[in-house]
Amino acid sequence: MSEHDARRRAQLAWSLLLLSAVLWAAGLAAGSEGWSPRDLTALLQGSDAALIVGEIRAPRTLGAWLVGALLGLAGAVAQGLFRNPLADPYLLGSASGASLGVVLVLAAAALTGQGMSMATLDALQRVGLVGAAFVGALLGVGLTLLMGRGTQHTLRLLLAGVVVGVMLSAVGDLVTTSAPEALRGKQAFLLGSTGFLSWGSCAVLASGLLLAAPLAWRLSRLLDALSLGEDSARSLGLALPRARLALIVAMALATGVAVSQAGLIGFVGLVAPHLVRRFAPSPHGYSLLASAGMGGCLLLLSDVLARSLLAPVEVPVGVLTAVLGGSYLLWLLHRRGLA
Amino acid sequence: MSAVSLLAQSLSVCLGRTQALAGVTLELRPGWTAIVGPNGAGKSTLLRALAGLQTLQAGRVLLNGVALTETSPRMQAAQMAWLSQQGETSGDLTVREVVHLGRLPHVGLWGSATSQDEVVVQNAMLQTECAAWQHRRLHELSGGERQRVWLARALAVDAPMLLLDEPTTHLDPPHQVALVRLLKRLAQQGRTVVSVLHDVSLALQADRLVVMKAGRITHEGPHDDPALHLELSAVFDDAVRVERLRERWIAVPVLDH
Repeated sequence: MSEHDARRRAQLAWSLLLLSAVLWAAGLAAGSEGWSPRDLTALLQGSDAALIVGEIRAPRTLGAWLVGALLGLAGAVAQGLFRNPLADPYLLGSASGASLGVVLVLAAAALTGQGMSMATLDALQRVGLVGAAFVGALLGVGLTLLMGRGTQHTLRLLLAGVVVGVMLSAVGDLVTTSAPEALRGKQAFLLGSTGFLSWGSCAVLASGLLLAAPLAWRLSRLLDALSLGEDSARSLGLALPRARLALIVAMALATGVAVSQAGLIGFVGLVAPHLVRRFAPSPHGYSLLASAGMGGCLLLLSDVLARSLLAPVEVPVGVLTAVLGGSYLLWLLHRRGLA
Repeated sequence: MSAVSLLAQSLSVCLGRTQALAGVTLELRPGWTAIVGPNGAGKSTLLRALAGLQTLQAGRVLLNGVALTETSPRMQAAQMAWLSQQGETSGDLTVREVVHLGRLPHVGLWGSATSQDEVVVQNAMLQTECAAWQHRRLHELSGGERQRVWLARALAVDAPMLLLDEPTTHLDPPHQVALVRLLKRLAQQGRTVVSVLHDVSLALQADRLVVMKAGRITHEGPHDDPALHLELSAVFDDAVRVERLRERWIAVPVLDH
């Protein structure tokens, strides 16, 4: 590694750490009534505001960073695995699978919940939605692997992912046509939200990250070898199908956990690896972890802005990530066009 | 370095409806063997089959007497380095990082490179003259420079057998000559070098030539074999003629039909 590369990688790592710290502080201070830095000191003094900061804003802030980190990691894996800078974590049917899972739970609750109290119904829905989104995401990826007949051929796998995405979305639309009550919940899920993240959610998200990140990192050299082409990677003695399956498991786990806790938040997984490549182009061993950090910062920044831009009205965070991420990609395309 | 033997027995490969290889049998020994033939003759398919990268309809390839299907991929990779016809350039790896990937069969996915690995990588870059720009990224290089990086990556495997598909692609004449010298030197060291070449004059510098047409081997023999020279003219529809120039055999284009 040249000194210049080493310096850039160190600079990016320190910048991400610093930015994360600043954004965590901003996340604790940003509330429904705008910015209140004094709430931070209240946390230490044990006043009423401490409850809001400690039980609502703190888990939401940490949770948003973790969701972004999972999506950034999954995006970097997807782009390396498919050797395509436009690949995103939802490529293999996880998004449509999770969405269908949510719709099925909402429709079932609407059809069977007439005799239940609102509180019971709400609690059941919360637990059921998280589980259904996670199971749906994994089933979507599983179906893609089945239709793609394993991981032997990248193109076949990608096409299977597209077909599964379309099919599961169509089934979801069919269910909402039969049970319109599920439509609103589905819409909220599709927009994504960090508003319901609790300490429990943070524990689940952190567990997902602690499992997926080391697994992906251990296989990062395979992604490096794949950048030379599949035949070259195979000629280096790499057992591609097995290693590719392990990477897909890491990607599906990261995406499934993130989606189950925060809904479908777009563009973070797509943009985070691009930003890392722009600031510090590097082998996958570094870029996977840096993409996780970048994803965490991106989503937390979006979350803080979502809370404070139009306070007390909160902008759906998925809308903000789409605006920020989409603008960046358009700018990138424009620059490349000029080049 | 111990020599390896590679034996292809009755290889048949279909690509779609095309019979790319039709019962090809070939034994490869230490030294430099060049595979030549017109477009679509099955040269690259044969090389892929020899490297264990091609699904076979029939036949088998034996490496040191053991079928490739029964050899572990990593052990096979350490025995034979492979250079593809068209290298890809996705990713952000530097030249040195790409060449380092050649050590994967020895280091594995999770191992760490030793000082010996660093020496092999450095030598591979020196042999292909890419050490001077080892910190540049692939997308910053010309086609010829990239080809030298792919070559260095193949050399970094430090395998007793090299399978090279069109190694002279994009190279300018000085680097083509340097490559021929390098392949001859590797062959003299006891390695088995197999290369697919379109340039018949360069191929005639190899120890042995294998001539292919329509998925079959039509002739094989040493570079000074008169029957081989006649066969070369025949498979290329008399568009080339092999002549002697000083101590070398060269292919001369026939323009006066």
